[in-house]
Amino acid sequence: MGLATPDTSHLSRPEYATVYEPAEDTYLLLDALEADRPLLLAQRPTICVEIGSGSGCVSSFLNTVLSPSTSLIISTDINPAATRATRETTNNHGVFEQCQTRFVQSFGDRLNNSVDVLVFNPPYVVTPNEEIDVTEEASAWAGGSCGRQVLDVLLPQVPELLSPNGRFYLITIEENKPNEIIEFLELRGLRGTRVMERQAGREHLSVLRFTRSE
Amino acid sequence: MRLITHNMLKCHVRNCDNPDKQFPLRFKGAELEQVEAERNDEFLVRMIPRLDWRALLVTAKELGIELPENIPEDPENDDAFLQALHTAILETHVKEGSMVCNGCNHEYKITKGIPNMLLAEHEI
Repeated sequence: MGLATPDTSHLSRPEYATVYEPAEDTYLLLDALEADRPLLLAQRPTICVEIGSGSGCVSSFLNTVLSPSTSLIISTDINPAATRATRETTNNHGVFEQCQTRFVQSFGDRLNNSVDVLVFNPPYVVTPNEEIDVTEEASAWAGGSCGRQVLDVLLPQVPELLSPNGRFYLITIEENKPNEIIEFLELRGLRGTRVMERQAGREHLSVLRFTRSE
Repeated sequence: MRLITHNMLKCHVRNCDNPDKQFPLRFKGAELEQVEAERNDEFLVRMIPRLDWRALLVTAKELGIELPENIPEDPENDDAFLQALHTAILETHVKEGSMVCNGCNHEYKITKGIPNMLLAEHEI
């Protein structure tokens, strides 16, 4: 039932040891994107960006959700192994590009008002701040205090990045204080809702979706 | 890396902020590969407003790629234009090489078709 989950079996190769393997958080995000398929197709996105693409599972799936429409799908990650894993996972029909960069720093203001679909499954685990970015592997999940230290750097940029009809999908756990995130972006002109939730072990995961409020 | 992505990359070294110099990045030792891809005119037309045409022309000239100076009034119906655009931005891949900033001379490397835009601590 539903669209096929991208094949990420190549992640078992040693060169991809530091790359985050799809897990419950990944699958919840896939489900949320699939549920929004009618909206996304009607939107006709031209440029999609996934920040911290890891395995590339979400980027690949997003392209499937948008088919048969075509969009440029840019995947960024600071881990070079993740950029290569993403390239392998997205090696199918579509316009996929990978870039090794932090958030969307490499694009300066070129993506301002231009991102039609922005997706981020951030490092959301609550850890001591010192553990953020310590290793390539940890960069995938270590989120510092409240699990928000990485996300909080991106949040102020989101309103600048989104196109007029743009939408932003974000994974959170309760410890990240999703209501606070929603409030923060609301003050900056974006309306946010929890579109999907799931309990996975000790984590209560949510997908937040943001669009521009009129 | 396709030229469509290169058209969006800017130098972001600290204090490098001359818009005329930090973009587009100049290729150095670029190894190109043309990979044929199915043309999607509807997508190309949607993409046109997102491109920086001036920068794309500079880059195309640098690499010896044919591209018209001006975007036609009615691109949807200009087959020759769409074909040239498609070939330039979607079929031209840079596999290896580097991109140099004309402002600060910082070099960003491209490896196996993926650009590394990360900076060292002192450059941020």
